Amino acid sequence: MISHLPVLKPFRLPSTAHDFPLSPFTAGHGVLLFVALVLSICVGEAQAGPGTPSILATILRWTPLLAQGFALNIAMSFLAMAIGTVLGLALGLGLIAVTRPVRAISWLITQFFRNAPWLVLLFYCILLMPFEVRIGGTIVPLPGWAKSTAGLALPVMANVAELVRGAVQSIPSSQWEAAEALAFARLQTLRLVILPQCLKRMTPPWMNLYAIVVVATPLTSIVGVSEAMTLTGDILSAEARPELLVPMYLYLLTWFFIYCYPIARATAALERRFQVS
Amino acid sequence: MTSSWTAGQPLIRMRDVHKKFGAATVIDGISIDVMKGEVICIIGPSGAGKSTLLRCINALVPIDSGSIVVAGQEVNDPMLDKLKLRRKVGMVFQQYNLFPHRTALANIMMAPLHVLKRDRVDVEAEARALMRKVRLDGKEHSYPGELSGGQQQRVAIARSLALQPAAMLFDEVTAALDPETVKEVLVTIRELAEDGMTCVIVTHEMGFAREVADQIYFTDRGVVVEHGPPAEFFTNCRDERTRQFLSQIL
Repeated sequence: MISHLPVLKPFRLPSTAHDFPLSPFTAGHGVLLFVALVLSICVGEAQAGPGTPSILATILRWTPLLAQGFALNIAMSFLAMAIGTVLGLALGLGLIAVTRPVRAISWLITQFFRNAPWLVLLFYCILLMPFEVRIGGTIVPLPGWAKSTAGLALPVMANVAELVRGAVQSIPSSQWEAAEALAFARLQTLRLVILPQCLKRMTPPWMNLYAIVVVATPLTSIVGVSEAMTLTGDILSAEARPELLVPMYLYLLTWFFIYCYPIARATAALERRFQVS
Repeated sequence: MTSSWTAGQPLIRMRDVHKKFGAATVIDGISIDVMKGEVICIIGPSGAGKSTLLRCINALVPIDSGSIVVAGQEVNDPMLDKLKLRRKVGMVFQQYNLFPHRTALANIMMAPLHVLKRDRVDVEAEARALMRKVRLDGKEHSYPGELSGGQQQRVAIARSLALQPAAMLFDEVTAALDPETVKEVLVTIRELAEDGMTCVIVTHEMGFAREVADQIYFTDRGVVVEHGPPAEFFTNCRDERTRQFLSQIL
């Protein structure tokens, strides 16, 4: 019986199902999520006792509060991304520095913050940073969400640094040679020739990182920040209705999906566009 | 250490240059003198030696021993002012190496603007004049990706000329071009040579070398085997290796 040999079987290319292998943000996932949400609401309605308001009405009633919490998630993700990107750019330049000590220190910092669990970093920031800071004569309070944003900015910094290093090293060395032959100094070459060419190639993975940061912001609920996840838990304990549990969390999940899915699509489109150049 | 250079001395003086990459000796004692206004063609079998030699002249590659003096500036000096050296010697590469994110005009303007820190209006006027000189007026706002190979190479030549160097190094600049576009680049280089530019050209184009060179150097395995003016070189070469090489390509 030799028909089990691979060479005799009909050849089929392996399926390339997804544009971006690691992302949970495909249209298929969205449909599944929506179906799950609708199902859970229906089940909840069925479980609800007579005289209690419907699940759908309850969800809609709490939506404004949830929106406030979600706005805080988005704000934290923006700030963490902004701060992390600026710091990451500097750290990335340190990773490609000429002097060995600078490179070594940058490498250590990058590896530490890239391989540390984000939740652990959050805890460190919440516990180690003071609750208020004295600058000059004024006292500036540091609320929990600010410290959490700093905690999220640290892994962003490390990942952006790696992005920068990878992008700079992917520029052909002939560009460096040409710039050197034209008497450009190293920093000038970076500023005028290398980094502008890097921006395009850094954008899709950078957007991918942002989607990951958004999805990571509910971690801050564990350290006490009043964002969407915390508020969902508060709503559920206020309502004290077990049939509301699943629909409410699926509803929260849907909010995140609706925000992140367009980002994932835009990232994939940019990736395809830049592939050709 | 920089000494002043006078017209009687060679503009580029290479004495007993040695260069090894790991265990492989690439340049094994080469001495060449290039006077101002001279055009030198270096020919020879494919290998890293010729291109490496060019890169040693403008300090892109450091030499192991020997001396290279460019207009009074010693290249093998540990305290070498690289920027000062590279303002005197321009280089054009086989793969053009234009900056793809800037237009042709911007490519030409970048060095005088940022290295020499000159005024933008003057630099732009000169850049446009250079584009006219290489016969590419009308293509100022094209990106390198929109230009043909020959056009890109001419932009690369104009870009090196923008710093007004004393000498130009050409590293097999037509090797990556198709035969029709080779001619337009060679014409540009010949015009430069006729205008009095000191040129060191590594090339496989024997016809061009015969036409334009004042001296031809044949190198093989890191040494200069033979050299002479083209008339003598192509008809009366003395060394057996040279004869063998010429018989294969002519």
